[in-house]
Amino acid sequence: MTLDPASLDLKVGFEIHQQLATKSKLFCNCGCKEADSYDYTFMRRLRPTQSELGAFDPAAMFEASKMRTVEYMSATGSSCLVEADEEPPHDVSREALETALIFSLALNSKVMDEIHVMRKIVIDGSNTTGFQRTMLVASGGHLDVASKRVGVQSICLEEDAAKLIEDDKQVRKYDLDRLGVPLVEIALDPVTGKPDEIMQVALTLGRLLRASRRVARGLGSIRQDVNISVQNGAVVEVKGVQQLDQLIKVIEHEMQRQHGLIVIAEKLKERKVDAGKVGDRIEDVTDILGKAQSKIVRQIVDAPDSTFRAIRVPGFAGMIGLEPYKDIRLGKELGKLVGFYDLKGVFHSDELPNYGITENEVAAVREKLEMAADDAFVIVGGPKDRVEFASAAIISRLKAAIAGVPAETRSATPDGKTVFLRPRPGAARMYPETDIPPIPVTESTLASLTDSVPRSWDEVIKSLMKKYGLNEKLAKEIFDSDYLDVFEEIAGKTKTPPTFIASKLTEDVTSLQRQGMNASALTYDMIKEAFAKLDNSAIAKESIILIFEKLMKKQAQTVEEAIKAAGITSISDEELSAMIDKVINDNMAAVKEKGANSLGMLMGRVMAVARGKADGQKINAMLKEKMQKLVNQ
Amino acid sequence: MAKPDSGGYRGAGLQLLSRQGVSVGDSVRVATEDGEMFGVLMPRYELASDDYIVIKLKSGYNTGIQVGRIKSITKLQKNEAAATKAPEIIEDDRLPKIALISTGGTIASKIDYRTGGVRAALSASELYASVPELASHASIDPEVLLSEYSENLKPEHWTMIAEKVVEKIRTGKYRGIVVSHGTDTMHYTAAALSFALQNLPVPVVLVGAQRSSDRPSSDAALNLLGATIFAIKSEYAGVFVAMHAGTSDDAVACHIGTRVRKNHTSRRDAFESIDVTPVALVRNGAVEMQEKSMIELAKRSDDKIDAKTKFDDRVALLKYHPGFDPKLIEHIAAAGYKAIILEGTGLGHVSKECFLALQKAVDVGVIVCMTSQCIWGRVRMTVYDTGRDLLGIGVIPLSDMISETATVKAMWALANTKNVKKTMQESIANEISSSIPIEKA
Repeated sequence: MTLDPASLDLKVGFEIHQQLATKSKLFCNCGCKEADSYDYTFMRRLRPTQSELGAFDPAAMFEASKMRTVEYMSATGSSCLVEADEEPPHDVSREALETALIFSLALNSKVMDEIHVMRKIVIDGSNTTGFQRTMLVASGGHLDVASKRVGVQSICLEEDAAKLIEDDKQVRKYDLDRLGVPLVEIALDPVTGKPDEIMQVALTLGRLLRASRRVARGLGSIRQDVNISVQNGAVVEVKGVQQLDQLIKVIEHEMQRQHGLIVIAEKLKERKVDAGKVGDRIEDVTDILGKAQSKIVRQIVDAPDSTFRAIRVPGFAGMIGLEPYKDIRLGKELGKLVGFYDLKGVFHSDELPNYGITENEVAAVREKLEMAADDAFVIVGGPKDRVEFASAAIISRLKAAIAGVPAETRSATPDGKTVFLRPRPGAARMYPETDIPPIPVTESTLASLTDSVPRSWDEVIKSLMKKYGLNEKLAKEIFDSDYLDVFEEIAGKTKTPPTFIASKLTEDVTSLQRQGMNASALTYDMIKEAFAKLDNSAIAKESIILIFEKLMKKQAQTVEEAIKAAGITSISDEELSAMIDKVINDNMAAVKEKGANSLGMLMGRVMAVARGKADGQKINAMLKEKMQKLVNQ
Repeated sequence: MAKPDSGGYRGAGLQLLSRQGVSVGDSVRVATEDGEMFGVLMPRYELASDDYIVIKLKSGYNTGIQVGRIKSITKLQKNEAAATKAPEIIEDDRLPKIALISTGGTIASKIDYRTGGVRAALSASELYASVPELASHASIDPEVLLSEYSENLKPEHWTMIAEKVVEKIRTGKYRGIVVSHGTDTMHYTAAALSFALQNLPVPVVLVGAQRSSDRPSSDAALNLLGATIFAIKSEYAGVFVAMHAGTSDDAVACHIGTRVRKNHTSRRDAFESIDVTPVALVRNGAVEMQEKSMIELAKRSDDKIDAKTKFDDRVALLKYHPGFDPKLIEHIAAAGYKAIILEGTGLGHVSKECFLALQKAVDVGVIVCMTSQCIWGRVRMTVYDTGRDLLGIGVIPLSDMISETATVKAMWALANTKNVKKTMQESIANEISSSIPIEKA
């Protein structure tokens, strides 16, 4: 079933996080580059600071109760004592700050008179300090998207977090390369419209940032958080949307999920279900379930210090399993919710008997909870301390079901669905980064940056067309690709026609990707090397795609290896001449019969043996010349 | 009416705020030519320009607004500091008692997220709240003695701290004493207490933090826990410094008070034992004595503490360098200093140009001692002519005593002993090691 975004009053706000292509990180001189290997590993534990515990924030409490060990892996050159939280931050990278100011100017945003670096508490281990350094650079402004004008809420400059490598529940491993890479965060006002129109907003902003030539490209260099709400719902933040086509699916999924939850809420309201009564009775049912033959129940019962707890939910009978849309039901939400507390065992009365839990056990639980006919129950099992946290979370989630959509943070799955990630943090936990003095921004600084404000996308495309003689399609494709910078570098340095370079880097790479090959295996350095060889006539034009193919298939690690693997050998003019003579001789009968008309056939046969070894045009010219002589004879 | 807190504002900013009757913590509306901003007025760094006022926006971000651009600032709501209720702690009387003397530094602190202010959190319940594991090891009896950055501490403060430790020990209630301290001069205080408090019946453990305790990544909690566990479980008495053993949050090293030095500006493991290994590591709640430590430690005892807590600060620590002006020595002697600790080169040398000035100083009764700027290793002044000449002048070689320890010791010896020269050359509190292990500590 398709929902109408307009009638649901769908609103989508974007928060774009764009990595900058600065020489150094935001608060130290390390380079923004990925390490090939690590040379030092250390271990830390983060503690919530005191006022974190003062307010009841279940997520922080739970993270704290886990007291997880975090392991950090570092490499010289991409991380130093600053990333290890062993040295105070240096001054804010001038280059990064300038870029943020340029974006602010481009979006007509009001730059702060004085910028203050803040610490935003994050205790999942992704920041060695336990906080992310961030600063508000500008607020207000607008972005023009087709005929619409979208408001800008804020522009912040912040440090990227460390990259999660492994999480086995005991130890979390992070790589420090990415920690401290400058990010510009741009939050836009929520917009209405169809998902694909909304997507246009993100696309336009992305293109504007790229037109500045100051942003990083490639996978993971731009990340979007999306705030999605429908009428009568709450704002749901979705993290981890990497690609724009995924975004459309995420918006559609959330629209359905949130509307589904509202449908359930309306039914609960019709029944006059009382939120205050959710969880009015909680009983330990370990002894009842202990007799069950269920495999999943057995696994939990056999673990040490485990328990099963049943929660009575008055008035909810039939509502936890209700499915207004496919796969949208409260039961599923509860399953994901307990997953946050590392639990698997959650059952509810709408789905039982099942999973090896029998009628008898269900009846015993109902009796113990003294349930009425329209009551439901939820059972959660696992280690005692976690069941404690999870029960509280289940009760608050079911209470929220009566209101409809709870405000929470969800993460996007690759197939465009969303799953519960964590409750939304309360008021932002921010306090000043006292290690860095406030940074005044003067009118003269801003004036000096106006020339660097990126031109509009149309202008950039036009200038690419003009400068390199590209057609419009190719200019757009190369701009949107990950290869714009490398294209311009090669086009500026070699005599190879830019159209040829651009088409190799867009159409050919895309076609190889469609065949399932991995473009990330093809580095900028490899591309430059391949084109340099072409420029020196060491290889033929036809060889470029063959080299890319071997590299993207990972059948070769270097351009040299790829040349060998593809059987490309460059041959001298004499050798080529001999090769053509042989083909002519082998086909002399046909040549004699057809004369000049045999040229096409001969060209095909020569190419079959000389492809990649010599330039096609050169072969053609030489073959024609020889044929001319023959015919003249 | 009480004068409103200026919150670090001066000049134009302060004038504007007092005119409008706005003080730090108030909710305000600030109007400029670009529109209005809403937020809470924040304090201003004392050193920052006085041209801006700072507000905390609803998003949590602070931002500075230029005073000249402000059309009006209106108070919307008065500062209402929310009263925070400390969690209730049920003390377990069966746990060993530890006295925690706080002298400064932020071993525990609380953030007020509304104003962004950080304040020390030093009541027992606040300590347990920030380091919950403490409550299962010890019953802590905290007392705030000083609130100073350690660079501001003077020998008179060492006396105060020493006397407070004596007072605590004499109650007989405590299994050990923990002294929280700013890290910059913690090794000086550790040396001072080592000389001032001899015959200690229990361990006295100094502890600090290289990352302030308002950060989730602070080393304060692990260090405090390590110091407390060592104070409870150590068989040995004496003065120790407990700090991170490495960059990881897994072990706390306990160092001899006279053999420890801050060797890094910012790392968690900045404190290192010199020429010896740390005496113990505290890991997973247990004390692991380090067998390789060649130091002889005194056991816990019921002895009476031998307290000599006075210091004479007429001691100068002089680092020799090429181009060193011998006149400095003359000036110091003329200024009435009683002792000079030289930090010489290598095995204990200064240029021959200094000989005359040194001779004059020695002749007027200044005690001149030699340590090495190499930090590790002993001075040995019989190897080269220069050393032998210096010995001839009357310069006293201090073996492998750390120069900072030597400075503190001279201050103590001048105030408490008759034969200062002799005292300087004897090992009183393990400040001289009998032999240095081959394996580098």
